[in-house]
Amino acid sequence: METLIGVVLIFIGAALINNFVLHYFVGICPFLGVSRRVDTAFGMGCAVTFVISISTMLNWAFTSFMLRPGAPLPAWVWRTAGGNPQTQLDLSVLSYIIYIFVIASSVQFVEMYVRKFFPPLYKSFGVFLPLITTNCAILFASLEVLKHMQDPTNLWGLPQALTLALGGGVGFTLAISLMAGIREELDLCDVPRPLQGAGIALIVAGIMAMAFMGFTGVDKGVETALSSLLR
Amino acid sequence: MSERKTSSVDKEGPTALERFINGVLPENPIYRQLLGMCPTLAVTNAMKPAVTMAAATAFVLICSNIMVSLIRGLLKPHLRILVFTLTIATFVTIADRVLAAYVYDMSKQLGPYVPLIIVNCVIISRAEICASKQGIGAATADGIGMSLGFGIGLASIATVRELLGSGTWFGLHVLPATWPNWGIMVLPPGAFLTLGLLLAIVEWGTRRRAASAIWRTVRMLWSWRH
Repeated sequence: METLIGVVLIFIGAALINNFVLHYFVGICPFLGVSRRVDTAFGMGCAVTFVISISTMLNWAFTSFMLRPGAPLPAWVWRTAGGNPQTQLDLSVLSYIIYIFVIASSVQFVEMYVRKFFPPLYKSFGVFLPLITTNCAILFASLEVLKHMQDPTNLWGLPQALTLALGGGVGFTLAISLMAGIREELDLCDVPRPLQGAGIALIVAGIMAMAFMGFTGVDKGVETALSSLLR
Repeated sequence: MSERKTSSVDKEGPTALERFINGVLPENPIYRQLLGMCPTLAVTNAMKPAVTMAAATAFVLICSNIMVSLIRGLLKPHLRILVFTLTIATFVTIADRVLAAYVYDMSKQLGPYVPLIIVNCVIISRAEICASKQGIGAATADGIGMSLGFGIGLASIATVRELLGSGTWFGLHVLPATWPNWGIMVLPPGAFLTLGLLLAIVEWGTRRRAASAIWRTVRMLWSWRH
């Protein structure tokens, strides 16, 4: 039960309260660049959600078995090679290089797989896939998981990591779709010339961020409601 | 082996001085190209984190430009983005460890935004546009100019946000104690609003030819090329 409540809270936190785009500012480039029309924005959001889930899952596995302090794989190699079993190994210095490598290659593989087996899906969001490698949101989700893997007494399992990734992806889709809806309406408005383009988009994003600040504290209410429901 | 090929490429691109000036104002990464928005918005709630972030980005940008320029003869077209990314990731790891060793509090405050330099579009776009095509001199000058432009952008946003949000600048009290701190400016919405308005001001200033003497000087320097 504790785990279930924790997972729900992680999802709400990543999607609404600490929205990846509007609170952590990750994924701003597609948020400003690909938000002119609702359907392309939604496609981009779906592609990001897809890739973020896959790469966070892979990166969770790498972190859990290789990179975190006291991980099993390097310890086994160390012992087999005849090292002192008391030594505490910590490979987390390699984490950034491995993460970005995993993200870049998983984007490549996802692109190839989707093109081969789901051609209609490839047509709808295949063009966005190469752009996603340099999307900060993907790396940010892996880094958040890494942050929760430092303390050996309270490790995040796969459910928590996957929920964070899904929540982040859903939050990104929500923000970029709302933004595209507003920008479609903005095309009909008389915006002062210096503000046209990115300027007005950023100001709209600022107002959206203020609106999303209203979600602060929702997690407390959900936690009490869930714990009284499940007791 | 690659001597002939690279020297023929080198002749075409802009010179080192042009690259440097280009990065500071005419192609300012923040105000003109809208790149690297993630750190621009995230760490500019005060001057100190903004300056630390600008320094870390400058280190990574200059080092990766030099490195990519040195290995440009060996790059394979289909693997070049991966090579750029891994080069950048290596330098970011160095910068991250150095920050954690010497300015631990700042490193804690910047949190995930130091590793996120890896996916900063400014760095990868400079590797692609300049460093992979030009010699080490032009690449270094380009790196310094772009980092200066990025630093100016970060500092301008941080100045506005810190002054209005907490009445201080670099932690020193500048505005009178009666200043009502605009709390929204140091929160996430303030970042979007400040950047949006500053972008509009820069756009407005550059639209009027006679508006600024700096702009005229830059245009003069620019016209030397022709």
